[in-house]
Amino acid sequence: MLGLDNRDMKLFIWVVCITVLAPFILNPFPAESELAQFNAGYPDLMQRFMIFGIFAIGFNILFGLTGYLSFGHAAFLGVGSYAGVWMLKLVSMNVIPAIIISVIVAGLFSLVVGYISLRRSGIYFSILTLAFAQMSFALAYSVLTPITNGETGLQLALDDPRILDSASSTGSIPPTNFFGIEMRDGFELALGPWEFVFNFGYYLCAVVMLVSFYLSMRIFRSPFGMMLRAIKTNQQRLRYTGKNPRPYNLAAFVISGMYAGLAGGLMVAMDPLAGAERMQWTASGEVVLMTILGGAGTLLGPMVGAGVIKYFENIFSKINDALLYEWFSAMPEGLQDVFVFLIHPFIGKGWHLTLGIMFMLVVIFLPGGVVEGGQRLAALFRRRRQSRETDGPAAVKDATPAE
Amino acid sequence: MKDMRISRRGLLKGTAVLGAGLAAPTVLMRPASAAFTNEPTGGSVTLGFNVPQSGPYADEGADELRAYELAVEHLNGGGDGGMMSTFSSKALKGNGILGKKVEYVTGDTQTKSDAARASAKSMIEKDGAIMITGGSSSGVAVAVQALCQEAGIIFMAGLTHSNDTTGKDKKANGFRHFFNSYMSGAALAPVLKNAYGTDRKAYHLTADYNWGYTTEEAVRTSTEAMGWETVSAVKTPLAATDFSAYITPVLQSDADVLVLNHYGGNMVNSLTNAVQFGLRDRQANGKNFEIIVPLYSRLMAKGAGANVKGIFGSTNWHWSLQDEGSKAFVKSFGTKYGFPPSQAAHTCYVQAILYADAVERAQSFNPCAVVEALEGFEFDGMGNGPTLYRAEDHQCFKDVLVVKGKENPSSEFDLLEIVEVTPVEQVTYAPDHPQFAGGELGKCNPGA
Amino acid sequence: MDAIILQILNGLDKGSAYALIALGLTLIFGTLGVVNFAHGALFMLGAFCAVTLNALLKTSYETIDPNKLDFLGNPAKVETPYIVDWFGPEFGGAMIEWSVPLAILFAIPVMVLVGLVMERGLIKYFYSRPHADQILVTFGLAIVLQEIVKGFYGANPIPTPAPDALTGSFDFGVLLGFDPGSIIYPYWRLIYFLFAAIMIGGVFAFLRYTTFGMVVRAGMADRETVGILGINIDRRFTIMFAIAACVAGLAGVMYTPINSPNYHMGMDFLVLSFVVVVVGGMGSLPGAVAAGFLLGVLESFASMGVVLNVLPGINQIIIYLVAIIILLTRPRGLMGRKGVMEE
Repeated sequence: MLGLDNRDMKLFIWVVCITVLAPFILNPFPAESELAQFNAGYPDLMQRFMIFGIFAIGFNILFGLTGYLSFGHAAFLGVGSYAGVWMLKLVSMNVIPAIIISVIVAGLFSLVVGYISLRRSGIYFSILTLAFAQMSFALAYSVLTPITNGETGLQLALDDPRILDSASSTGSIPPTNFFGIEMRDGFELALGPWEFVFNFGYYLCAVVMLVSFYLSMRIFRSPFGMMLRAIKTNQQRLRYTGKNPRPYNLAAFVISGMYAGLAGGLMVAMDPLAGAERMQWTASGEVVLMTILGGAGTLLGPMVGAGVIKYFENIFSKINDALLYEWFSAMPEGLQDVFVFLIHPFIGKGWHLTLGIMFMLVVIFLPGGVVEGGQRLAALFRRRRQSRETDGPAAVKDATPAE
Repeated sequence: MKDMRISRRGLLKGTAVLGAGLAAPTVLMRPASAAFTNEPTGGSVTLGFNVPQSGPYADEGADELRAYELAVEHLNGGGDGGMMSTFSSKALKGNGILGKKVEYVTGDTQTKSDAARASAKSMIEKDGAIMITGGSSSGVAVAVQALCQEAGIIFMAGLTHSNDTTGKDKKANGFRHFFNSYMSGAALAPVLKNAYGTDRKAYHLTADYNWGYTTEEAVRTSTEAMGWETVSAVKTPLAATDFSAYITPVLQSDADVLVLNHYGGNMVNSLTNAVQFGLRDRQANGKNFEIIVPLYSRLMAKGAGANVKGIFGSTNWHWSLQDEGSKAFVKSFGTKYGFPPSQAAHTCYVQAILYADAVERAQSFNPCAVVEALEGFEFDGMGNGPTLYRAEDHQCFKDVLVVKGKENPSSEFDLLEIVEVTPVEQVTYAPDHPQFAGGELGKCNPGA
Repeated sequence: MDAIILQILNGLDKGSAYALIALGLTLIFGTLGVVNFAHGALFMLGAFCAVTLNALLKTSYETIDPNKLDFLGNPAKVETPYIVDWFGPEFGGAMIEWSVPLAILFAIPVMVLVGLVMERGLIKYFYSRPHADQILVTFGLAIVLQEIVKGFYGANPIPTPAPDALTGSFDFGVLLGFDPGSIIYPYWRLIYFLFAAIMIGGVFAFLRYTTFGMVVRAGMADRETVGILGINIDRRFTIMFAIAACVAGLAGVMYTPINSPNYHMGMDFLVLSFVVVVVGGMGSLPGAVAAGFLLGVLESFASMGVVLNVLPGINQIIIYLVAIIILLTRPRGLMGRKGVMEE
């Protein structure tokens, strides 16, 4: 179906189900309970999961398949964002033109950067991409302030032309919309103590993410994908067979640049502001970490990595001491203090520390990232169970193909 | 694989809940609608404290957070009440806000506009915060202010000094208590005139981003108005850590004053470098060479160590002020934490109290009612003397402090001494002043 | 003319910091084949060795002085460092004042230990792992080290001045026949430059003229063959890692009087030092050093007002622009060897 084999189809259906039902899955704790702090089912974070998922999927097409490690991918996301905001400012608050222009502009920019950078390989390539991205960041932050609004970030203003929209007289900036459906709108569902938010913006992101994911699956399984893998394995040998790897590399680079632009466009569609920091090397580094953390070269890995990092950034940074005391309020006072003291360095302002420790633990104990490591663990577990039980084949059948 | 399994379990759970929910009579389907965004319904109200907790301004953010915690304590009737007892408005009763207990959530701006907005959004969407406050840079303030305007939330800016926050980027839902670049220039000029005379040649080093631009413009305009000449103005990258390449050309120029339009780590390094190159001991045009730092912060002055001695700058507030409000605040902050508050802490504390007071006076959490209560509000007893929240641009007008690095500090907090308290009249400007041109306040937005 | 001389001095000074960090980085690259994202953190740790020693020397006991008041109006606590009490204000005070030079002695064992623990405890297991894994683990380590330092010392920069005797500046102008005061340069920055030169010379001499160095160089060129010859190359590589950590750490110690150290200073230098190493050419020590000085000098020139008036913003991008041009004209950087980190 859809040109996917059975395994892939199953995986894709799983991903569809999870994204559609994410508002439920991400809000497992009742709204008033003390664990509600760990709920991630609010529109902004759910949108971010999808957007950074797209970014990482795109990055993985380049890094996971060809092995070329770009350290400047955030520049394409940033350029896409700026293009998107300008579209919202000049043309219309409808998000579709903004997203389309983001993809186009990011694609063109990545064509230029890719064409130059791909003349080198290995770490030389990484540094070339890094250099382009850092230049974009530095200029956007300072000299290009008239176009990018520098430090503050490019944002909408009341007196923007928006030539396709009818003039608004409300005295506030109209929200971004998809043919009239406002991105920030949605509805809430309260089931007993649970509360779930369904946000239109999220579902738009989810649809785009699913399409991107589907495309990346097709690319992974296509002859083109095979060619990219061949580049990773042995470029020399590929050349001897009379194939020129350059066009393939460049195509992969531009595709992943367009994915980044798409993510940037969606980002401004959800929240119409483009800041220069999203082009900084730390942002490029983040997508590298997401991909490696989840598992480079696997289909699902980058999305998992993106989800994990964004979850830490948004949830752990918001836990404070007052909350800790609340959680341990049942304990006697001395013990409470001890627990708060022990946990304190890892939450709130210490979320970076937790993230750093997690990077190390994952890479030490789950080589190849969360997804691959998870698969190995599962395989290990299965083997043990198989050796004990007789119905081995059933267990194997139960395994969900995940990549 | 592992991940799939977790998700599947979650999925099953979700489905089960959905089934149960559909059967139960309590099911409630509603579009997000209320009188205004995040209208507090229970016995408590949630404020969002969005401060830098990671990155170079983390210490300043930590101090802001301390101030907010203190403010919440005082609002809920705990502690010694701090500035609530000296505040000219007596609407607050120490029983929370409108009888609702004050609770708070915290977030990390990382001093990046993107991250700050993400954090503010999560406070609004997830935690139901009715007001967002805090921050340690103008980029963040402007970005979060715009977000709050769109979401229908009140934004009480923390430390933000750029003219733009209440200039071209002003918003109806946003309020700034902190002073700005223009005020720094206006307050510094007369003091500099007295100390260094009217015949001076200034060399500006400016951080290459919005705040740097507005500060350079403000200081240039007011010093040139009193007869100084600007020899050169060079922009330095934000990421610069070593300023030697920018300092040495000063030696070659015929300037006799160096103005460092830098803040934070940039300021610490550029000042340290300038002193290293002997600028403090230099003679130029037959005068002593002088250095000026338009915006001082005590926390940053600490980073520069002995290099700040004798160097002029301006600051919003300093703990050594002797008015009743400042004394009460220093006492209650110092007793709780063991050291005096920074200017960022002061501004944040005041903003939290001002917001609560405005709600009490308006008898409503509705952002539009709060805006109305704050616009044109005059008050006293919060440090800095009588203060006006101007209706036209939501900027506070109050006395500005001109300070100087202290020659013989008596403790590690005693780094700055107040040279002059510039009266408010001298730093007031017309709302349509060219340095603040462009932008519209718009209308207050209650959201929903 | 004097402006240009000054910018060359600035460039050499900046270049010495770049070169020192890049030297350590490329030692690890070249010998162990490990992409070490924690190298900047080692530089930062070194700087905080100086801060820590300063704090240790200042360890004080408190006495209450009823004549002084603190900011709350209570009797003030006066702190007297033990060291002043033990050795008298003269010698004790001098020790505190000279804490940065003293910190070199303190930092060497600390950094060697850090290097050994890091290599034996972590990096060793990543030799045969893909570069991606190395990046993730060393980046994670860098964050952890940073956050630990932040936990102890906060995020603000901490002033760590040079001894008073070394804080003035030296008048080059008079030496070269210019007007007095036209070319002056701070003593400490000159010391930093000399120090860098000695360190770099030392590492080169060590690799060139000792048997140990010869084996390491052989190992860098062809690890397997050296192993087959029955030489325990692993142990030597461990020592090389410790030396690299030490070089980075000492560069950090000496840097503290130039700019007050803060917990993220390592990250600020990290990206730049990678650019320097790659521009110099992978696997080439002289390349790294040359690239460090070259980029330092160019950056200084790009910061001049005259240049900025013609090309605004060039100071922001010069390093990256030069890196791109060099990498496009010389495929393996200035002096890179073929086949190192090219896959």
